[in-house]
Amino acid sequence: MQYKRTIGLALTAMLAVGACANAPASVAPSTAPSAAPGSSAPSTAPSTAPSTAPSGPNAELTAALAGDYKGTTIDVFGQWIEAEGKSFDDSLKAFRDATGINVLYSGITNYETVLNVRVEGGLAPDIAQLAQPGTLRAFQADGKVIALDDVLDGPSVAASYNPSFVDLGTVDGSLYGLFYKQDLKSIVWYPVKAFADAGYAVPTTWDELVGLSDKIVADGSNPWCTSIEHGDASGWVATDWLEDIVLRTAGAEVYDKWVAHEIAFNDPAILAAAEVMKKMWFTKDYVFGGNTRINATWVGDSQTPMFAEGGPKCWMHKQAAWIPDFWPKDADGKALYKPGEDSSFFYFPPIDPAQGSPVLGGGDMFAMFNDRPEVRALMQWFSTTDSVKDRVATGAFLAANNAVPADWYTSYPMSGLAEIAREATALRFDASDSMPKEVGSGTFWSGMIKWVSQNGDGTEKIFADIEASWP
Amino acid sequence: MIATHAATVVRSDLPGRALRLAAILVAVVLVAVGLDLIRDPLGPDRLFAAVYGLLGQDATAAAILERGLHPLQAKLTVMAIALVIGVGGVWLLYTGLDGAVDLLPGGWRERIRPYVFLGPAMAMLTVFLVIPVIVTILASLTEDGGAVANWGAVLTSPEMWLAFRNNVIWLVLGTGGSVAIGLLVATLVDRVKREALAKTFIFLPLAISMVGASVIWKFVYAWAPEGEQQIGILNEVWTWFGNEPVPWLQIPPLNTVALIVIMVWLQTGFAMVVLSAALKGVPNEVIEAARMDGAGESTVFFRIVIPMIQGTLIAVATTIAIAILKVFDIVYVTTGGRFETEVVANRMFQEMFVFRNFGQASAIAVILFIAVVPIMIVNIRNLRRQGIGS
Repeated sequence: MQYKRTIGLALTAMLAVGACANAPASVAPSTAPSAAPGSSAPSTAPSTAPSTAPSGPNAELTAALAGDYKGTTIDVFGQWIEAEGKSFDDSLKAFRDATGINVLYSGITNYETVLNVRVEGGLAPDIAQLAQPGTLRAFQADGKVIALDDVLDGPSVAASYNPSFVDLGTVDGSLYGLFYKQDLKSIVWYPVKAFADAGYAVPTTWDELVGLSDKIVADGSNPWCTSIEHGDASGWVATDWLEDIVLRTAGAEVYDKWVAHEIAFNDPAILAAAEVMKKMWFTKDYVFGGNTRINATWVGDSQTPMFAEGGPKCWMHKQAAWIPDFWPKDADGKALYKPGEDSSFFYFPPIDPAQGSPVLGGGDMFAMFNDRPEVRALMQWFSTTDSVKDRVATGAFLAANNAVPADWYTSYPMSGLAEIAREATALRFDASDSMPKEVGSGTFWSGMIKWVSQNGDGTEKIFADIEASWP
Repeated sequence: MIATHAATVVRSDLPGRALRLAAILVAVVLVAVGLDLIRDPLGPDRLFAAVYGLLGQDATAAAILERGLHPLQAKLTVMAIALVIGVGGVWLLYTGLDGAVDLLPGGWRERIRPYVFLGPAMAMLTVFLVIPVIVTILASLTEDGGAVANWGAVLTSPEMWLAFRNNVIWLVLGTGGSVAIGLLVATLVDRVKREALAKTFIFLPLAISMVGASVIWKFVYAWAPEGEQQIGILNEVWTWFGNEPVPWLQIPPLNTVALIVIMVWLQTGFAMVVLSAALKGVPNEVIEAARMDGAGESTVFFRIVIPMIQGTLIAVATTIAIAILKVFDIVYVTTGGRFETEVVANRMFQEMFVFRNFGQASAIAVILFIAVVPIMIVNIRNLRRQGIGS
């Protein structure tokens, strides 16, 4: 699997070079950046110009659907690869077919690094997927992203999206990031039939979860399929676990203070959560392959032993709803262990009853780096439910757009996720995404990796070092 | 004095000079037009339209301007223009300047001519090397929190000291390993029948990119839990002997050594080829004379051969040392600096592109630059001693 990422990196580099070569030769209708930023109409008339300049809400999208930007090209860049990347690319087909605009999507897992290189090098993609609000803020501070206030229809965005999504996409009072999808991370996947055959019951409390883990160990197997290797982003699975546990032991208010650094990173409440996590990660035989495999195995391969020939070698995997994209496939590329029948998930149980049933979530947004009418049209399209219809139909996609009709989610597992979201007493975003990048994408990740390599020893020192690294 | 000078001017071929001047002017105009065509997104369209227009095909010209060229045709046109003005422009620059020098009075001609030929190279070096170095040093002193914050953070962070330590290990083991193995192989293949074939195999890895080699070796070092199928050849062999699989890339400092092996694998071929050539340059008479005097194999090698190829040895070692100081690709691809394998260049990349601390990244770049300088000095002195560049 890993070689693909490297190839992806190489391809992106080639693409960047290619973009260089393309630029002068472009024969697209004039795409000169608009002279007056913020004007609602594209200032340069293309050679096949519409008779009237677009105006009004989603004007460029209307013009695009009328075929006004046919033959232009939009460069979209993101993190989604393999099945997820293909699923996204397929969903763009509706836009391509309706407008004649050529949308090129390229995705690699090291995308943050490559995106920075491209933006600094003046080869920014037209639209990029961003997973971290901190990244958006950094690009906004450098003036690299374009405000969406006059691109998108404000009232309809406010009506369609959860206020927390709008807040996370807003910097200095202007909207820069449009949320596209959301993930619920507080779920644990398991093999349904093997569970039933072994007589294991789905745990609903923390004690039952620990009891089940001990029972699986007593039966001579390993309960957990945890691993965190993800190239540049290695470590995020561990930070997710810790965050979910902090929400369950210390509660959402402490969590918010922790993210905002109003309490120390190594506050006693956080260290207490780390002790709970340590039991689940480093108790002997709890995790298949032990701490070495946790650090060595790519996150997409974490659960592979769950579906081993001859029965599971590990039984539970806490991961967001997109993970079934990485289930083993047969020779025809058809997914085995169908989610909803052969595999399913349960809610990561609460720990302290006083903290209720919190949910840790995440989301991806789109940001616009180049202001051209056809790019505006695509951003506007992303704010419509049409853009996610095909994704929702795959059954592995939870749209950030609340305007998506509830009955689109009849298929598994989204019906289940919707139920968890309904029952949730608190919903919080990934803490590491909101911390300064030196911590959230730096010392927090590297600290957890070190913690794993020390098999859970030296917790206080590691957390104190992360606190010391806070800028 | 003045009289002879005037005579020189009169004697030179006036029509020839005028012709040359005109040719240069025409060429300069062509380069300017070419650059303009490349700069303009619709340049190729205009060019073709103009050509068709000249040929009287006004309808075709209008159609091209209306609908645009086929993208491939447009790209190929830009490529062709770029090639012509790229290669032609360089030729033109030198010929033109050389011609311009000829117009100067005699005394000045030979004084200025060297600078005319050195000038473009020096201008390029100034723009792409000297100025960036100055800008980087300034950035490390002024960006973000200023000099104290940037240099303080860089010089006190534990990750940086880990990186410094690892770079020293890389420098010693990597350079030493590449040169020693290269020399050993060069000496041995000197006595092999199919020398070229043997050398080819050692030399082959040099043709592989650092990233490619790192991917290959990542598979070699791959690890799977005990009892599972080992996909890494090293662990497959290791477990044949009844051992537990070892996560080679996770155990410090073994993992740094494992990464250095990749660099040695890549660089040995280079060291071998250069040293092999040097060995062949050692006169047989000297070695035979030493043997006549009763010197054994090792005495001949260490007391005769090595001193005679010392200059080449230093040149090879310094070249490899500089490459190793800047090592980045191997670490980035295999471990990303995790598990205490951090190196200075990877740290710089992290600060620059992940944390966006331009000031600290610049400070690290300056440190790398300073570290390379002594090695460059050794290299230049070595070249001088050999009579090159003195």
